[in-house]
This record gives sequence, structure tokens and C-alpha cells, in this order.
Amino acid sequence: MMRFLICAGYMALLYGFIFLPVGVLALYSFQDGRFPIPPFQGFSLRWHIEVLGDSDLMAALAHSLMVAFASSAVAVTLGFLAARAVAGGRLPGARAIRAALTAPLSVSYLVIGLGLLASFNLMGQGLSLSTVAVGHIVINTPLCFAICAAAIGPAQMAAERAARDLGASELRVMWLITAPMILPALLAAFLLSVTFSWDEFIIAFLLSRFDVTLPVEIWSLLRSGLNPKTNAVGSLVFMVSAVAVLGVELTMMRRR
Amino acid sequence: MRPPPSIEGRDRRRALALAAPALLWTLVFFALPFGVMAVLSLWQRTDQGLQAAWTLANYAQFLNSPAYLQAALNSLEITVVVTVLSVALAYPLAWIIAVELPPRFRRLALALAVVPFWTSYVVRSYAWSLVLAKRGVLNGWLGDLGLPLLDLANSRAATVIGFTHFFTMLLTLTIYASLVQLPPNLRRAAADLGAGPLQIFRFVVWPLALPGVMVGAFLTFALCIGDYVTPQILGGGNDLALPQLVMLQIGRRADLPMAAALSIILMAAVTLAYLCMARWMKAPAP
Repeated sequence: MMRFLICAGYMALLYGFIFLPVGVLALYSFQDGRFPIPPFQGFSLRWHIEVLGDSDLMAALAHSLMVAFASSAVAVTLGFLAARAVAGGRLPGARAIRAALTAPLSVSYLVIGLGLLASFNLMGQGLSLSTVAVGHIVINTPLCFAICAAAIGPAQMAAERAARDLGASELRVMWLITAPMILPALLAAFLLSVTFSWDEFIIAFLLSRFDVTLPVEIWSLLRSGLNPKTNAVGSLVFMVSAVAVLGVELTMMRRR
Repeated sequence: MRPPPSIEGRDRRRALALAAPALLWTLVFFALPFGVMAVLSLWQRTDQGLQAAWTLANYAQFLNSPAYLQAALNSLEITVVVTVLSVALAYPLAWIIAVELPPRFRRLALALAVVPFWTSYVVRSYAWSLVLAKRGVLNGWLGDLGLPLLDLANSRAATVIGFTHFFTMLLTLTIYASLVQLPPNLRRAAADLGAGPLQIFRFVVWPLALPGVMVGAFLTFALCIGDYVTPQILGGGNDLALPQLVMLQIGRRADLPMAAALSIILMAAVTLAYLCMARWMKAPAP
């Protein structure tokens, strides 16, 4: 009994700590006053409506979605192809290639972004949403590679060999055998990349100029201090991420 | 006469062709920029622009400037405190979820523990500034209880709280993963042999789960020391962390070489932590 009370108490405490900022954020996004601080002055949707009518924020949201989907599509493709190569077991130096492909995971985003910024500067390449997408592909390819490599096992290899024996070309094997067999992993990798790209700030901040993504736009909104509008945007972002995460969960669950 | 191409060789070429796009991408947009930065850190910014000076002056400036060294020290202190605090908070929670809770509730409990994970990173720091502001929620509660108010806005304490919140969630996941893998029979066997709960934890659970905890702690260290957003939003501009200093170089001072040098120093710190961990993992258990 004592043990149960201690456990329940600790869980309540920690969940309270974990949910505190999100709860406060959401609650005060409905604040009918100019500042998102106590006392709570009554319920209003005006900040949410204002966000939906803010052309800068909506443009940034569209940019974020574009960058997230485009960069994730490329990252999944690169990761899937490389995972197939490594899984085949025929690749010379597979260990080294695996290490090289996952290396970006161990480097701080700030450093990756700064390196790309310096390189683009030296090349005279202007900054745009495309350069942001390039950065996001760099950080998401290792992830997609790892997820796909974990999903390709002996069963997939055997099916591929059978298809090749029956005369299927390499492209057909990939498109008709491997990809459908590991579809849940591909989807999970894609959606996970989307959420990472969608939420990524520092690379997007360093590598964008005029068109910016949502986290960068929110960053400039923060300069205006505490503002219920920022709360409302935050709740909105949360909902989009939650939907994507739910998607990952559902595709992963179906695999079982 | 050329020998016919072997199946072996064909497979190998095919595999290489498949891996090539990802490898090329990593080479051009990850390895190369890294090299560019290493080279740039040896250059100098002058009034005429960047100059290929090939000098260690940027690194010397770091070592000779009290302000820069202070920033590095701040980063290190914040990171160590956050790592220790987060492990201390997350371990019991992971234990409760992995061991004490009935298995059918585990997935739900774990999912709940990481829900705020999926709010925007920038917004989460902002949310903490709402809680900790001078007239914010926390002080509202303290005032209601008749307790003295806290002035946590724009302080190192705020940075530590924001970081600890994020990494407690992360570590709950990683520690849970290593605790749930331990066969319950090990604990039963130890109990059978007369070990008390504390002894079981100290001599069975703790050593077996330690590698997982260490990996999580390293991840925390690496992510925490390289983060710009949390110290910038919660810590304010006085008590700078290293990433803030890096961003100052490219923002206000347009000194890309110095920013590159500081980034290399940042990377060196992370690499050092990694080597320590790898060495520790390899060392035979005492």
C-alpha cells in the first residue's frame, strides 16, 4: 500500500511537471486579455482567429509543410536505397558506409547549419527554402536509413531473390517487392522526418532568408514578448505534430 | 579475353549504386561543410571581408578572452547539472512504468510522458517563460499560498528548468527501454538468495541497466551543450552559453571564422564526452 502511494505520488508529481508548460500554454491561448498571464480573464477564441488571419504566419505554415514533405520524401528515398544496399550483405565496406551515413546524427544541428551556411556563402549560393530543405535532408537521411535498415530482414531478401530469379528487373524488385513489404517502416520514417523537419528551428533559421518556416516566424513573434497569439500558434503546431505522431503510432501498431 | 562478369561482382556494383546517392549527399552536404568550417576557423575576418590567414588566432582569442571562457564554463555547468537532474528525475518514473505498473498501462503511461515532446521546441521554451515570468503562473500560485515570490525569468535557473523538462522526457524513454529488457527472474533470483530491495537494485538492476542510462546521459549532454534556443529564450542575454556566443558571432559581428572556431570547440567537447563514455563502456565491470 505504502509502495503504491509513493509510486502514484511520484507519477502525479512528474506528470504535473511534464504537462505544466503545455497546459499553461494551451489555457492562456484562450485568454481574453492582452497578456497570457494570470489572472485568467475569461474564455475567448480571438487569438486563434487572429492567428488564422495572419498572412505571415499562414505563409510560414505553408512553407514549413512544403519543406517538411519535400525534404522527407528525399530523405526516405535516399535512406531506403542505402538501407537496401547495406542489407544485401554484398556491399564492400558495409560497416564503414553504415557509420558514414549515420554520422550526422552525432553532430549538433547548430554545427551542421553553420557548416552549410559557410559553404553556401563561399559558393555564392543564396539562401531560400531549398537550402533549408537541403539541411533537413542531411539530418533526416540517417534516421530514415536506420529505420529502413532495421526493417529489411532475411524474409525480404529471400522474396527479392525469388523475384530476381523469375526475371524481375532491379527497379521492379524494389517497387513491387521490397517497398510494399516494408511499407509501415517507410511510412514511419517519412512521418518521423516530417515531424522533425516541421519542428526544426536552428538550421531553418540559419539557412533561410526571405521566406521562412513556421518555427522561425514564431521566433520573430517572440521578440514582441509574452503574447496570447504566440500561445495560439503553439497550440496549433502541437495539433499538427500530434496528428503526425498519431499517424506514426498507428502505422507502427499495424505492423504487429 | 575478358572473363565473364561474376554474379558476385554484379551484386556488389548494384549495392554500391544503391548506396551512392545517400553517400554522395552526406559527403557534399555534411562532410564537405564540416571541412569548410574547419578551414574557415583558421581564417580571419578583416574589414575587407574574409581573409585566408591560416592562423590559430581565433582559438587563441577564445583561450585569452575571459568572456569566451566564461561562456564555455557556463555551458558545461548547465549541461552537467541538467544531465544529473534529468537522470535523477527520469529514473524513478521509468522504473515505475517498467516494473511497478501493470503491463497493459505501460504503453499509455509512456505515451503520456512524452506528449509535450511533440510541441514545437521553440514554443515549449516560450511556454516555460510564461510559467516562470515575474507575474507568471508559478508566482501566481506562490502568491496564493502566501509564499515569497521567485524571480526566475531570464536566469540560469530558468534555462536549467526548461532543459530538465525536455530531457526528463527523453531519458524516461531511454531508461525505460533498458529497464524493461531486464528479465524479472533476475530480481526474483536475487530475492530468493536473500537480497533486500535496496541490495537488488544496487547489485542487480543498476549495473545491468547502466549502459542504457549512460547512452541516454550522453545524448542529453550532446543535445544540451549544443542548443541555442533554450538558453536564448529562458536564460536571457547576460549569462551566455556557448551556442549563444556562436550565434552572436554570425549575427551582430558577422565573424564567420570565429563562429566556426567556437563550433569546432563545441564539437570537441561533445567528442570528448563521447570518448569518455565509449571508454567506460569498454572497461570491464569492477
